Amino acid sequence: MELLNQVNEKLNANFAGQVVSAEMLYDFPVFTIKTEAMHDVLKFLKEDAELNFHFLTDLTGMQTADEKQLGVIYHLHNMPKNLRIRLKTFMDIHKPELPTATDLWPAANWMERETYDFFGVRFKGHPNLKRILNVDEMDIFPMRKEYPLEDQERTDKDNSMFGR
Amino acid sequence: MSKETNDTVNKEVFEEKEYSTLNLGPTHPATHGIFQNVLKMDGEIIHEATPTIGYIHRAFEKLAERRPYAQITPITDRLNYCSSPINNMGWYMTVEKLLGAEIPKRAQYHRVIIMELSRIADHIICNSVIGVDTGAMTGFLYIFQWREKIYEIFEEICGARLTTNIGRIGGFDSEWKKSTWDKIHAFIAEFPKALTEFANLLERNKIFMDRTINCGPISAEMALEYSFTGPNLRAAGIDYDVRVMNPYSSYEDFTFTVPVGTSGDTYDRFMVRQHEMWQSLEIIKQAIKKMPEGPMHADLPDFFLPPKEQVYNNMEALIYHFKIVMGETDIPKGEVYHCVEGGNGELGFYLISDGGRTPFRLHFRRPCFIYYQAYPEMVKGIMLSDAILTMSSMNVIAGELDA
Repeated sequence: MELLNQVNEKLNANFAGQVVSAEMLYDFPVFTIKTEAMHDVLKFLKEDAELNFHFLTDLTGMQTADEKQLGVIYHLHNMPKNLRIRLKTFMDIHKPELPTATDLWPAANWMERETYDFFGVRFKGHPNLKRILNVDEMDIFPMRKEYPLEDQERTDKDNSMFGR
Repeated sequence: MSKETNDTVNKEVFEEKEYSTLNLGPTHPATHGIFQNVLKMDGEIIHEATPTIGYIHRAFEKLAERRPYAQITPITDRLNYCSSPINNMGWYMTVEKLLGAEIPKRAQYHRVIIMELSRIADHIICNSVIGVDTGAMTGFLYIFQWREKIYEIFEEICGARLTTNIGRIGGFDSEWKKSTWDKIHAFIAEFPKALTEFANLLERNKIFMDRTINCGPISAEMALEYSFTGPNLRAAGIDYDVRVMNPYSSYEDFTFTVPVGTSGDTYDRFMVRQHEMWQSLEIIKQAIKKMPEGPMHADLPDFFLPPKEQVYNNMEALIYHFKIVMGETDIPKGEVYHCVEGGNGELGFYLISDGGRTPFRLHFRRPCFIYYQAYPEMVKGIMLSDAILTMSSMNVIAGELDA
């Protein structure tokens, strides 16, 4: 809780109006940031001497339940003090564009490629933004909810009894 | 030897040369998995490496979105299949964190024993394979029977060896049998001798040291930039271990040291794993000694299959049994990230639940997917045979890489 307030204060002082929400989800302080400011916020958090979130633990994507927005989620870690935070940003599904974080962490390279591969988030300025786990010829972004796992036209399977 | 090769790299000479292209993989015996690297070679020196991954991609994250929570455990088995129990336990702990369940100490200690045994198994594979890649077959053949003995212990507990699916959400299904404990005690008594002999074969072996020291090094700064975790990061000199920094499953109750290297080369990675095996043994001994009394599982009727006799005689138990088997249990809404120290780094589970029977989104933070991207930089300008050694000492597991 202390960390949440500390980071929130700093972010609000430096990026007024860009922090959409700040909350505590289980053991993680979570911040939702506007997409335009995301790269600057990451840079600030990495380079700020006091906060020092120098380690990119994870970068991944998600789609919101209404299927209208795509999200990118960053997990940052300050190893010396052992502090962790999560940052989120959401953008319109028709224009999922975001500046890359590869200039801050080379580790973001493949993680961003994976996010592009599965969700179609375009990271502007990425050195090599192409598919990584799926075949290059694939023309969909398979983790989006509009592509169900099973063929929905199947008739040989009746799941109606189990509320699915 | 490798030091000389590093010195001979001269970029200016390279510019004028004509390179040959070499496909290393996808099914090359020396890559220990399905990795492809397109190498641009100048004689025997690598000028550029382009890894292609995804050959065994199985869409686990998509699959998980349609599976009830208990049925996701077999998916986690197939991430780092050299230490599946760690993945299983990490997944259970993620769900338990979401549920807010309190796990009894006895179950936690049992989990620690399982996790440390599988860490030893994982390190045995990696270290003995480093030996094989340097041409020392003996250690590999000798120590692999101890991995077999660990798998026999897993077999006693859950019936499976490699893809274990061990335990349940909330703890374990039953007390471990006496024969299981006998095997564990026999392992603790006899493994140190085997490990000492393995160490004597390689650790101070002049040929092995010449071959591995200064082979594929990575600096601490670069390792952090590339988000290295686990033994690879510790070999570079950063004492980051999830078991110490964010203790889970009662790791704070045990005393152990975190071995740290200095130069992040193949020899350091080997030595860090070597010492971690000793530490794991210590943890197992302490866990057995301090083993508390109590139940083996938390009171989570929604996830814990009731005893069979109750299913036949008791209405409630029958309902729970049906709901669990059909996966009709709803999970509270929430969003958690939980990480455990896997065999090769911080294995994280990022889970978003929308309150349904399946996760809304599940993401695995796979350590080797993240650190393998440093490989092209690490092998630039070194010999092909050193590149093979670097790869095997990084402990890249294809299942985890491709998810």
